[in-house]
Amino acid sequence: MDSAAALKAAHAVPGVPQDDDGPVFKEPWQAQAFAIALALHERGVFTWNEWAATLGDEIKRAQAAGDPDTGETYYMHWLATLERLVAEKGVASREMLTEYRDAWDHACDRTPHGKPIELTPADFAH
Amino acid sequence: MAHDHDHHHHDHDHDHSELSETQLRVRALETILTEKGYVDPKALDAIVEMYETKIGPRNGAAVIAKAWTDPAFKKALLDDATKAVNTLGHVARVGDHLIAVENTPQRHNMVVCTLCSCYPWEVLGLPPVWYKAAPYRSRAVKDPRGVLADFGVTLPKDIEIRVWDSTAETRFLVLPMRPAGTDGWSEDKLAELVTRDSMIGTGLPKNPTELKS
Repeated sequence: MDSAAALKAAHAVPGVPQDDDGPVFKEPWQAQAFAIALALHERGVFTWNEWAATLGDEIKRAQAAGDPDTGETYYMHWLATLERLVAEKGVASREMLTEYRDAWDHACDRTPHGKPIELTPADFAH
Repeated sequence: MAHDHDHHHHDHDHDHSELSETQLRVRALETILTEKGYVDPKALDAIVEMYETKIGPRNGAAVIAKAWTDPAFKKALLDDATKAVNTLGHVARVGDHLIAVENTPQRHNMVVCTLCSCYPWEVLGLPPVWYKAAPYRSRAVKDPRGVLADFGVTLPKDIEIRVWDSTAETRFLVLPMRPAGTDGWSEDKLAELVTRDSMIGTGLPKNPTELKS
């Protein structure tokens, strides 16, 4: 996985915000979400065509629901696409995603500020 | 949005860590995919690292260069960094409670903690991976000189090193000292001297001689 793979992805998927050097991100989580898609693509979980079609569908769906379509929300759609594709491909169900999201939320709440937030089995009991 | 589940809100006393709803969803994905062997967190970090020096640091560098050339802006920045940065149209809006700390011949400032939402990525870009590592944070507090030495920065013994630990409410930006030999330089040219690390305090601005003319 290298910058060439990232550039290729940015060309294969319409709308990826980028400059001359490749994709640009406004917040760290956006780069993480981008990197996760790249990794799953390399593992053969989906093709870029498949990804682009699903992302396009998520964007349409969001716009129908009132998304401003300014580009600001692009990575929100990207994240929704990731969640949908991992569920559709049987990698992780919606229930599992929710369960882990809630566990992280719990881990976050019990972690004093400035300490690394770590997930433990106890976080799943809530 | 794909999710409909209720978000339960807790009483935020700001003693604990905070992640946004979006960050929680990204972490959930990353954890599951790592556990199932679909992604390698190190490979993800490598991708993130490729981009960490883009966008944000340019914004921050513009802020620092302006403070070096415009005394009124510098005063405004040290008084209320959020307000001052947001008056610059070309810079992304920064969140509340950004504090600029000034390096002087007597004092060097260094910032720690990027573990949750306290990193001012609007002006610094994506947090460097090393900065998120627990060893960096604990060592920076106990042995700031040692950490600085690891980054190739050796400061005279009589310079006080002040370490700022970000909290949920405050985030810090270091205002480095303007390098000597830059009299009459434009803001754009000065901005090229400002590195991301110099705004965290783990580095110094570049020397004028390091710039290709």
